[in-house]
Amino acid sequence: MAPRAPASLRRRLLIQLIALSAVLAVALYVAVRLGAERASEATLDSILGAATTAIAEELRSVEGGTELDLSPGTFSMLSAVGEERIFHRLDISGVAVTGYADLPLPPRPPSTLEPVFYDAPYRDTDLRLAAVARSLMIENRPAPVLVIMGQTRDGQRAIAQSLANRAAALGLAVFLVAVPLSLLAAGSLMRPIANLAEAVGRRGGHDLRPVRHPAPTELKPLVEQLNAFIARLRQTLAQTETFIAEAAHHIRTPLATLKSEAEMALMQAGDEPTRARLRGMIRATEESARSAGQLLDHATVLFRADQRAQERVDPGAMVAALVERFGPTADLKDMELRLDLPAAPLETLGDAVLIEAAMRNLIDNAVKYSPDDSSVQITLAAEGGFARLDVRDRGRGLGGETQAVLERRFHRGANVAGVVGSGLGLTIVAETAVAMGGRFALTEREGGGTCATLWLPLSG
Amino acid sequence: MRHALAAVVWLIAALPALGFEVEAERRFGPEGAARQVRVLATTDIGFFAPLAEAFLALQPGLSLHYVQAASTEVHRAIDAEGAGFDLVISTAMDLQMKLANDGFARALPSDLVEGLPGWAHWRDRLVSIAQEPAILLIAESALPEGQPLPRSRRDLIALLRDHPEVFDRRIGTYDPQVSGVGYLFLTQDDRLSDSIWRLAEVMGRLNARLYCCSGLMIDGLLSGELVMAYNVLGSYAAANLPPESGVRAILLEDFTLTLQRTAMVPVNAPAPDLGALLLGFILSPQGQAIQMQASADAVIPAERFATQPWLRPIRLDPGLLSSLDGMTRQRFLAEWSAALDQL
Repeated sequence: MAPRAPASLRRRLLIQLIALSAVLAVALYVAVRLGAERASEATLDSILGAATTAIAEELRSVEGGTELDLSPGTFSMLSAVGEERIFHRLDISGVAVTGYADLPLPPRPPSTLEPVFYDAPYRDTDLRLAAVARSLMIENRPAPVLVIMGQTRDGQRAIAQSLANRAAALGLAVFLVAVPLSLLAAGSLMRPIANLAEAVGRRGGHDLRPVRHPAPTELKPLVEQLNAFIARLRQTLAQTETFIAEAAHHIRTPLATLKSEAEMALMQAGDEPTRARLRGMIRATEESARSAGQLLDHATVLFRADQRAQERVDPGAMVAALVERFGPTADLKDMELRLDLPAAPLETLGDAVLIEAAMRNLIDNAVKYSPDDSSVQITLAAEGGFARLDVRDRGRGLGGETQAVLERRFHRGANVAGVVGSGLGLTIVAETAVAMGGRFALTEREGGGTCATLWLPLSG
Repeated sequence: MRHALAAVVWLIAALPALGFEVEAERRFGPEGAARQVRVLATTDIGFFAPLAEAFLALQPGLSLHYVQAASTEVHRAIDAEGAGFDLVISTAMDLQMKLANDGFARALPSDLVEGLPGWAHWRDRLVSIAQEPAILLIAESALPEGQPLPRSRRDLIALLRDHPEVFDRRIGTYDPQVSGVGYLFLTQDDRLSDSIWRLAEVMGRLNARLYCCSGLMIDGLLSGELVMAYNVLGSYAAANLPPESGVRAILLEDFTLTLQRTAMVPVNAPAPDLGALLLGFILSPQGQAIQMQASADAVIPAERFATQPWLRPIRLDPGLLSSLDGMTRQRFLAEWSAALDQL
């Protein structure tokens, strides 16, 4: 069974926030309901207790019995909150003498003037009652007196209910407000993730720098893991490039020895077949050495492209030096290297080693594939913020291949017979152009040959 | 007629009675009506008749059985005897309050209660249908030449003290021992001012006569037997004292108790919907207008409480219950007797 894809974070967050506000709304209702009921009950109890105590204290012993003067104010006060019903009872020596003789007695006898509160059903309703005891001298004997006051609590309940209803309405309103707010909160919470994803997505294919995009604390572990992964990847890549470079180096040195040995043997060899073999051997050695050199160049390009060195480079001086270096090779083929430089020196920002490798490969290609006694036109000019280098030859052209195909590693055109090459030259140029923020184009020239153009951004 | 009726009441009250005592009763409406609404009230049939007739005119198919009884009897009928009535109307606010407090009143439809001001109802059980003042009646002949009418209890006490020869044995007031309304007036007078006890002393010295009902006091004034009556129900006075009788009705300006005639539908009403229907009619503008007319404008519209601040409505709340307590009542009556019989 395939594991179920986890639901959207946003939806999960939204559901949890809404559920939370629903719980809060209910909690608010219950809390206010209970709180209001308790608070009003406590208040009403104290009024009821005070009234009962006052009645007990007003009880007077007079000649021939007791005198009770119930004040209408006390009764009005007891009923004022919510128009409650009032019941009272007075017992002297355990006998009900006035009021409602069947009013329920307290569950335990109250102590002197300290009211006992209790609930009891009475007639058609439920009462809250307070009972107060005291003793009174009646005919020179102390007699126990019990005063009971009872009131309904309909109004209190109605008030508590209406308060709770209001709280519930408030809770509901909070709930309703919480839904759009939750949506907003979920959106703003998710934004850093989207921003990070966008920042990572914007990076180039070879950009293996660590992610430095500001991320909230909660995303830090993710970014750290991502950076650790990038570091491992970079290390692996570097190791591979290093390995290739070292391998190329280790091949190149013995090849040079082999070549010089073969050249010496050629000088000493007498018979023609042996000399022919030795010449073939020397050419094969040269090809291998060249491939190894290209591999090294390519590894260098990949490695240095990641470093993003930003030095000031004068492409004019660089191309002039290269032309000078290729002079002897061109002379061997009776070729002419023509160089046009702009009047004012140009300046680009980038990695001098890379730029030099790219230019060298372009000139090398032009020299290599051009027929004897031809000329190669090398032009450097400023063009719209770029330094444009054109290398035009009268060589074999592209042979019907597209630029994209020719830029592939180890891919050589179909028309390269008889010329040594590794298939890495154009790859190096194209990768350098990308790494430097420039562009590379290959076009067929009219009248045969190739025009290779490299744009490098000018500094400033 | 009134004398005869009172005599009957006295006679019946003296007998050990099992059921509550009916002063009068009358049936309104067609004989074979499908449904009947039963009303128990302290109000004289004469006052109620126009209301009953107007109500039945709007409600064909109904008849109305009206039973008139004293306020204490009304209370006893509902409380102790559980008599089946659909609407109970009484001037004894305290007794009505006690019935409602003790759970004998049914919840009224909310539309009946909602429009009423706070002082005119207690919860949804008891509503006030009319306000009437307790007034002072004084015969013009009793006033010495040039003497202004008393405006307050202080004036009244001074007048009585200065002219004992005029007022001796010719003052009437309620007997709180017998009359529910009389006891209510006494306790409310006491609640508002101490002057009632000084007045009681003065009236006692002048051998005041005690009555069960407003009607008998008015009869006494008409016959010349009395020259003054204290705490008479305004509606009775207005209806029975023509201007030419020479008796002046005075609203004392220190305070004039204003009684609320209250109505309720008992829990055991056989037809509570009809009771509520009749009550709704009484409270309607039409019902109020008829009632006002029947009592010759002695019923006070609520607006007058603002313009005549001495009109003090008796609060319709359980504060009324305190004076109904057995021991408290005993003490009140003892104090009343002591003030009245100090000689």
